[in-house]
Amino acid sequence: MNAPLIGARIERKEDYRFLTGAGQYTDDVTLPGQTHAAFVRSPHAHAAIRSINKDKALKAPGVIAVFTGEDLKVGGLPCGWLITDVNGQPMKEPVHPSLAQGKVRHVGDQVAVVIAETQDQAQDAAELLEVDYDVLPAVTDAVKARAKGAPQLHEVAPDNTCYVWAIGDKAAVDAAFSKAAHVTKLDLVNNRLIPNAIEPRAVNGMYSRADDSYTLYVASQNPHVERLLMTAFVLGLPEHKVRVVAPDVGGGFGSKIYLYAEDVVVTWASKQINRPVKWTAERSESFMSDAHGRDHVTTAELAMDKDGKFLGLRVKTTANVGAYLSTFASCVPTILYATLLAGQYTTPVIHCEVTAVFTNTVPVDAYRGAGRPEATYVVERIVEQAAREMKLDPAEIRRRNFIKTFPYQTPVALMYDTGDYEATLSAAIEMAGVSGFAGRKKESEARGKLRGLGYAAYIEACGIAPSNIAGALGARAGLFEAGEVRMHPTGSCTVFTGSHSHGQGHETTFAQVVADRLGLPIENVDIVHGDTSKILFGMGTYGSRSIAVGGTAIYKALDKIIAKGKKIAAHLMEAAETDIEYDRGVFKVAGTDKQKTIGEVSFAAYVPHNYPLDKLEPGLNENAFYDPTNFTFPAGTYICEVEIDPETGVTKIERFTAVDDFGKIINPMIVEGQVHGGLTQGIGQALLEGCKYDQESGQLITGSYMDYCMPRATDVPMYQLETRETPCTHNPLGVKGCGEAGAIGAPAALMNAITDALQPYGINDLPMPASPQTVWKTIQNAKQKKAA
Amino acid sequence: MHAFNYHKPSTLGDALSLAGKHAEGKVLAGGQSLVQAMKLRLASPTDLIDLSGVKELTGIKVDGSTVTIGAMTRHADVENNADVKKLIPALARLAGGIGDRQVRHMGTIGGSLANSDPAACYPAAVLGLGAIITTNKRKIAADDFFKGLFETALETGELITAVTFPAAKRAGYIKFKNPASRFALVGVFVADTSSGVRVAVTGAASCVFRATAIEKALAARFDPDAVPAGTIKADTLNSDLHGSAEYRAHIITVMAKRAVAQALGK
Repeated sequence: MNAPLIGARIERKEDYRFLTGAGQYTDDVTLPGQTHAAFVRSPHAHAAIRSINKDKALKAPGVIAVFTGEDLKVGGLPCGWLITDVNGQPMKEPVHPSLAQGKVRHVGDQVAVVIAETQDQAQDAAELLEVDYDVLPAVTDAVKARAKGAPQLHEVAPDNTCYVWAIGDKAAVDAAFSKAAHVTKLDLVNNRLIPNAIEPRAVNGMYSRADDSYTLYVASQNPHVERLLMTAFVLGLPEHKVRVVAPDVGGGFGSKIYLYAEDVVVTWASKQINRPVKWTAERSESFMSDAHGRDHVTTAELAMDKDGKFLGLRVKTTANVGAYLSTFASCVPTILYATLLAGQYTTPVIHCEVTAVFTNTVPVDAYRGAGRPEATYVVERIVEQAAREMKLDPAEIRRRNFIKTFPYQTPVALMYDTGDYEATLSAAIEMAGVSGFAGRKKESEARGKLRGLGYAAYIEACGIAPSNIAGALGARAGLFEAGEVRMHPTGSCTVFTGSHSHGQGHETTFAQVVADRLGLPIENVDIVHGDTSKILFGMGTYGSRSIAVGGTAIYKALDKIIAKGKKIAAHLMEAAETDIEYDRGVFKVAGTDKQKTIGEVSFAAYVPHNYPLDKLEPGLNENAFYDPTNFTFPAGTYICEVEIDPETGVTKIERFTAVDDFGKIINPMIVEGQVHGGLTQGIGQALLEGCKYDQESGQLITGSYMDYCMPRATDVPMYQLETRETPCTHNPLGVKGCGEAGAIGAPAALMNAITDALQPYGINDLPMPASPQTVWKTIQNAKQKKAA
Repeated sequence: MHAFNYHKPSTLGDALSLAGKHAEGKVLAGGQSLVQAMKLRLASPTDLIDLSGVKELTGIKVDGSTVTIGAMTRHADVENNADVKKLIPALARLAGGIGDRQVRHMGTIGGSLANSDPAACYPAAVLGLGAIITTNKRKIAADDFFKGLFETALETGELITAVTFPAAKRAGYIKFKNPASRFALVGVFVADTSSGVRVAVTGAASCVFRATAIEKALAARFDPDAVPAGTIKADTLNSDLHGSAEYRAHIITVMAKRAVAQALGK
C-alpha cells in the first residue's frame, strides 16, 4: 500500500506540460480549412448606428465574409439568474445582442465580424468597415445613471434600473438602531476591476456538414454550461449536435464562466461559411470586452450597544452591472453579496438594499470572490472603524461578536455549518507579531514614516447549493457536479470530472483523492476535464466549488466502484459480500489473510472468466452526480502591516499574515499557491488596480497595462500563511474550498492597515486603489482641513 | 500589425539612403516603442530600416573625462560597462533602471533620445549631464535637442550616431515610477558638473526640462535640504490618472532631494 496522499505536498502533474510549452490552449488548435475572425467594436460609449457599409471590407484581400447585426438576429445572450425586484416584478432584462442591433452601449461593444484567410487580413479588413454612428450622451457611473436626466440605455429599463432588491428585516433593523448606544457609519466604494487572465479569451468553432454538428474549442471555465446556454437560449441548436471543448485554459478568475457574444458569432458563422472560424482576443480587446468585476457604491451603518456588541447592520448598495446583463451578473451583488453581511459575527438583524444599474460600461459579472469580497469589505471596514470609535482593540471587538456555536443561522439566509473564528484570529495575531507592532511603529516614526496594522476576519460561502434552494432564489441552472471513475482492466484509472481546471491543479488534487482511496500510485490516475463529448455533464469551476462539489461527485463514484468491487472480491474469494472489508485498494475477507487488490478485482471485471455473470454486469465504471445540501464556509483572519512614506504617499506592505480554515486540505502546496494568488489579487484591488472611465465621453481610460496597474512580484511581501481546520460537516472529504479567500479578505485588511497608519491625520477612509497619489492627496486634504 | 518591408543595411550610408528612399518608412533602433505602436496599429510604416547591422553605431568609448556611447548601444551594455560605472555611475544606474531586463537588452540610447518620450529616462541624463548628441550631420547640445512631446531638433534624414557625456563631479538619478507602466512619473537627474549644477526632470511635462530654481539653490549648497519647495509650477506639468500636475510638482522636489542624497552617497 502507498503512503497516504491526502494532505501530501505533491508536485502538480500538469506542470510538466505547462512549463515545457506542451500545453494545448484554444489558440493552439488549428483546424483544416481554418479561417480567422476580427471583431469591429464600438469606439463610442453610446451611439446609434445609422448605417454600416461592408463594401470596402468585403473587397479586401483574403476576406471571406462580413457579418453585422442585420445578418445575425438571433435571441440575446441569456442571464442565468432571475432577481425579483422589491416591487414584486422580475428584474429588467434588456436584449443583449451578439452583434449590435442598431445601437452600441459601451466602448468595445461588438458591431460586426470580419472573417478572412489570415488573422492579419481579417484585422486589415476590419479597419475598412464603414460604420456611421450618431453619438449619444453616455453615463458610466451607476449613481449618476440613476439621476434625473441621465442618458437612458434601454427602453425596457427606466432610470437605467435593472432591479431594486432587498434582504432582511427592515423594521427589526430600525428598532435595533433606535436602541443603539453608538452607530458607526461608512461610505465605501468597491472599485471596478478588469480580470486579466494571462490567456486571453479565444474560440475556434467548426461546423460539420457531414452530420450537421458543431465542435467548439473555447477558453471556458464550464464547457457544458456554455453549450447549454448557447444551444438552448441563443442559437436554438440541438444540444447533442454541439461539442464544446475547453482545453488548457490559462486563468479565468470568473471572466471565462460566461457565454460571450464572440463564442456565439464564431459558432454561427462557421456554418454560414462552412469553414472553421478562430478568434483570439488581443489584450486591448480583453480590456474592453471581458466581463469586469466589483463596482459598488455602499453606505453601511453598524449599531452597537455600549460594549461594542453589534445590534444591527444596515447596508445600501448601488451596483453597476454595465451595459447589459452578463451571464451571472444579477446574482453577484445580491445572492452572493448581501447573504455574507453577517460575516463571522452574531449581528442579530441585518438589512441590505441593492440597486442594480445599467451604464455605458463593459458588463460586470463574477470576478474572483464575486460578491463576497464586496461583503467582506463592508463588514470588515466598518467593524475596524467601529473599534476605533468605541476605543476597543480591533481583535477585541471581533472576539466580543464572534459566532461561537454551530450550526449558526444568520439573519441573511445562510446556515454556517462549522467554524472556529477565535482559532484563526489568535493564530494570526501570534504569527503577525502584533505584540511587537508598537515598537515597530515607533521605529518607523523615527524615520518619518507612518506604520499601520489592519485586520480582516472574512467568511465566504463556496460551492453554491443546493440546486432546489438556488432555484427558489432565481437560479436558472442546477448547481450539482458530475464525476465518473473508470477502472481499466490493468488496474489504472481514468477519472472524468465536470469541474474545469484553469490553474487550480485539479489534475493533481483530484488524482490524490482517487489514488489515495484506491491505493494506486498517483501516476496511475488521470483526470479528464473540459470536453462535453467525454464528460457526463458539468457545471464547471467557479465560486471555489471544485473540490467540495466536483471532488465529492468523484468520491461518490468511488463509493460505487468500491461497492461493486466488494461483490466481485467476494466472488473471487468465495466469501460473503458482508464479510469483505475495504481499505485503500485492498479487499479483505474479515478475520482471514485472504485479500484481493483493486487491480485484481478490476481485471476480473473486464476479463470475467471467474465472475458472477448471472448477478453482476462486467466492467468497473461508475458515475455519480452530487448536489450538496449546503454551501461550505471557509473563514479566516488576515493581518496586514504597512509602512507609508507621507512625503510620496507610497505604501509598502511590510507583513501579510493569513490564517485560513479551509476544512480538510488535500494538497497544502496547491492551497498555498491559491492563497498567494488570491492575496495578490486582493492587494492588487486595494493598492494598484482600478478600472477608470472618462466621465464625459465614456472612454475606457485604463485600456492597457500602461494605465491599468497589475500587481507584480515586487509589490507583495513574502506571505506568512497557516491553516486551521474545522472539517466541513456535510461532504465526505470535509473540504471547503480555497480559491477565492485571499481576494476576499485582503482588500479590507490592507485598507484597514492604511487607515490605521493615517490615524494621525484623522483619515478613516480613502478610495481604492490607494495609489501613492491618492494617499498623498488624502493626507494633504486632511492637513488643510485641520488647518482651516 | 500592418505588413511592411524589412531592410537591414550594414553601413550608415546604406541606412541613410534607404531612409531617403522610403518617405513613409521608419528607422528601427531597438524597437521598444515603435514595434509596440505598430502592434497596436498606431504606426504603419511601409518600410522598416533596421540599424542593428550597422556596427559603427554600437559601442562605448572613453576619452579622458568623457564617455561616448554609440546610438545603437543597448541599455544593458551601458548598465554593465565598467568605464561608465566608474566615470558616471549615475548613468549606469539610470540605464539599469529602464524597463525590464528584456527591454534593456533591446532598447538603445539613440532610439530613446530620437523618440523623446516624455516619460523616458535617458533624456534626463543627457540634459542633466549636458551631453552632446552627434548626428550624421552635426553636433547638438542637449539644451538644444529636446523640443517637445516626441519632438527633437533632428531634421528629416538626420540620424543620431553617438552621444558624448562629460563626467560629473557627482550625480544622482531617482525615478518615481508610474505604478502601472513603470515609466517615470517623475525622474530627476542631478549633476554637479564642471560647468555648474544641472537638474533635469523627465516624466513630468511634455518633454524633459531643467529645474533652474533648484539648480541655483544647489549651486549655493549641494545638499538635499537645500532643494527649495514650491519652485516648480504645476501649470506646465502633465496631469493624468497616476499623477496630477500638483502631485508631480511636489514629487519633483522630493525626487530632487533624494537624487542629491544619492549623488552624495547618503
